Amino acid sequence: MGMTMTQKILAAHAGLETVQAGQLIMADLDLVLANDITGPVAIHEVEKLNKKTVFDKDKIALVPDHFTPNKDIKSAEHCKCVREYAKEHDITNYFEVGQMGIEHALVPEKGLIVAGDVCIGADSHTCTYGALGAFSTGVGSTDMGCGMITGQAWFKVPSAIKIELTGKLSKWVSGKDVILHIIGMIGVDGALYRSMEFAGDGVASLSMDDRFSIANMAIEAGAKNGIFPVDDQTIAYMKEHSQKEYKIFEADEDAEYDEVIKIDLSTLKPTVAFPHLPENTKTVDEAGEVTIDQVVIGSCTNGRISDLREAASVLKGRKVADGIRAIVIPATQSIYMQAIEEGLVQTFIEAGAVVSTPTCGPCLGGHMGCLAKGERAVSTTNRNFVGRMGHVESEVYLASPAVAAASAVTGKISQPSDLGL
Amino acid sequence: MKACGTVHKYGDNVDTDVIIPARYLNSSDPAELAKSCMEDIDPDFVNRVKKGDIMVANKNFGCGSSREHAPIAIKASGISCVIAETFARIFYRNAINIGLPIIECPEAAKEIEAGDTVEIDFDSGVIVDKTKGTQYQGQAFPPFMQKIIKAEGLVNYINSNYAE
Repeated sequence: MGMTMTQKILAAHAGLETVQAGQLIMADLDLVLANDITGPVAIHEVEKLNKKTVFDKDKIALVPDHFTPNKDIKSAEHCKCVREYAKEHDITNYFEVGQMGIEHALVPEKGLIVAGDVCIGADSHTCTYGALGAFSTGVGSTDMGCGMITGQAWFKVPSAIKIELTGKLSKWVSGKDVILHIIGMIGVDGALYRSMEFAGDGVASLSMDDRFSIANMAIEAGAKNGIFPVDDQTIAYMKEHSQKEYKIFEADEDAEYDEVIKIDLSTLKPTVAFPHLPENTKTVDEAGEVTIDQVVIGSCTNGRISDLREAASVLKGRKVADGIRAIVIPATQSIYMQAIEEGLVQTFIEAGAVVSTPTCGPCLGGHMGCLAKGERAVSTTNRNFVGRMGHVESEVYLASPAVAAASAVTGKISQPSDLGL
Repeated sequence: MKACGTVHKYGDNVDTDVIIPARYLNSSDPAELAKSCMEDIDPDFVNRVKKGDIMVANKNFGCGSSREHAPIAIKASGISCVIAETFARIFYRNAINIGLPIIECPEAAKEIEAGDTVEIDFDSGVIVDKTKGTQYQGQAFPPFMQKIIKAEGLVNYINSNYAE
């Protein structure tokens, strides 16, 4: 029986010829990641281990990005804990404020992960790196801490859903709309414990940033990982960003899938997920009149340069509506710099938006844009659970950067075509 | 090993943001986290919960963020076991790794109600609703995970492999 792409990568890292769905394996890790929220818990656990030394100081990434720049004294203590651990163990890839970015944008940008790698991260959106053809999945702090010491983690080999993409996206429709559409179809547990393997002619038309957005939200369908085949675009991205050697794995012709879902990208429309689950999707056409208080453009899902370009092309020469707070957060320092050089930051500020240093901040109701009781936000982030961005009676509507920017201009859920674009 | 207690019942897709809201993640102290456990869907939970109580929910329990603070908060609140139709996968790993017993059993999760007294035998996976007089067969852990659970979590399990 053939193997899926994920199964082949896992087999290679477990020293096995073949694996099958349901099998428990111990796999070698190429990268182990944590942030300022999950890192301290991991470090605390690791202190209980007999073995104290890390497995490889070059294969660990510590990125304080959630409550940074430190939002309060307790957060400052957490960041200090991570900083001191990184120093004590001479961790190569520790990124201080000033070099840091949102981890899932930063790690690929710094070339720390390439096709064929196995990565665990103590952050659920670690599945983002599947865009590069790597196996990458979120775990908790104990798994991360133990992985940091042993260089290994146990996995139950997942079965897979194949998502076959054909056609090309229309203007103003992005990777975010693709993944919201899929989650709307299969539900927030539609891929539970399984891989989402993307395939088909349609993949080639998706930019790397689109693929990162799509793989990023695989977890919102319950998936263990989302993964894309490696093509010329992937190789060009890796050559630009990394010195690491990559390895291309392809699903076998006779690989077994639990389910095959076919999507014609040309039929998709700008989509929004209503509160309080990412599966509550509607196209913007069907959204009706939903007035808002805030717009957030950024996050590990949509804080990359093409997201900012898309938002800026909507906001150029327009104004954020009276009474609306529009917050733009480039995901890394390098994206921030590029946005300045391309004039995007000027466009945002002229439109009446604020532009922040990289942080996860508002996505999880941490800081830099929490909502009050009864307030509504259109956000390019990934979760709209109860209380996610602030007050338990606030609401988050998930959408693409283009929809978020158009909504900022009108003060209600809108799409670029509503502005004549 | 057995657990027995009063049931606190929840629905589908209980996410880690409602188990422990992110605004409390500037702490990692179990007792501190327990004070805010379930706050956004059941503000009275922390007042009602007694040591040994059992949490029962429907599908996809623990979806969302990878925060280990979620099972830590539940365990520190006094809950002795969580029964659900299904668990989100990261929560499932985290619960095992920190030693919070969890068990998948769709029938039990659907039928058991809030306030019932329930007993669970972890070795056999048998769940008994003493209030209703019903019995269910839950999914016992595979041998690989039993080793981790017997060692009372991943840290001890690894220590036994890297003995000094």
